[in-house]
Amino acid sequence: MSAADVPLWAALPAALLLICGGVLTLLGSLGLLRLDTFYARLHAPTMGNTLGAGCVLLASILSASALAGRPVIHEVLITVFILLTSPVTTMLLMRAAMLRRRN
Amino acid sequence: MKRPPLIPLLPLVLVGTWLLLNDSLSISQMLLGIAFAAFVTVAVKTLRPLPAWPHRLHAGVGLCWHVLIDIARSNIAVGRIILGTTRRQPPSGFMKIPLDMHDPHGLAMLSIIITATPGTVWAGHDTEHNILTLHVLDLQDEATWIRTIKQRYERPLMEIFE
Repeated sequence: MSAADVPLWAALPAALLLICGGVLTLLGSLGLLRLDTFYARLHAPTMGNTLGAGCVLLASILSASALAGRPVIHEVLITVFILLTSPVTTMLLMRAAMLRRRN
Repeated sequence: MKRPPLIPLLPLVLVGTWLLLNDSLSISQMLLGIAFAAFVTVAVKTLRPLPAWPHRLHAGVGLCWHVLIDIARSNIAVGRIILGTTRRQPPSGFMKIPLDMHDPHGLAMLSIIITATPGTVWAGHDTEHNILTLHVLDLQDEATWIRTIKQRYERPLMEIFE
């Protein structure tokens, strides 16, 4: 099984989703460069974590299911764990920056 | 008022995770998963004595849908702001929202929802007065943010957890 075995009906939307996810993550990273304050920069990478990662995972589910000939959905767990962990780091950074500014 | 039955969330989530990880629905995997979930639930009890007992999980379906739509929408909004930064920086700032919810699990879920949505980050919670501090990237209309968070997120979370 290789990438060439993925049927066209799954490969096309999967490719489109990969491009969307890549563009969203790129935009988020660009935000790190362009926004001027630390607090504002904190918002930018969330884009890649949410919809960016979501698009890539959907593409993965689509092509894996097409290859296996049955629904393969255990990638959903990756989304769940990203959604559980990445906000914690963001909040930690936010709280740390606020405490530092206060002192 | 009769309260709806409580649902033991942790074991259910653990069984679901086990089945997803193994990518199978066979009887043997289900039995293994149930044994694993029971073991972990008992083992974790001493670490975290406060179990989550949600009722009315069906309110969560609508909430998940709202959150998905809001995440997609705010991704586009934040993307626009980033592309527009050559002309102007967004008016970001802090705002305070008084909450009605006291359940720690509901508050944890609310913090994850708010932070996972691009454009808003949970910046602190005053447990004494139950006031949430929020950092918003595009702070123009405070009333809209308050309405969104209280009606779209807090109300269903209170239905589930309180």
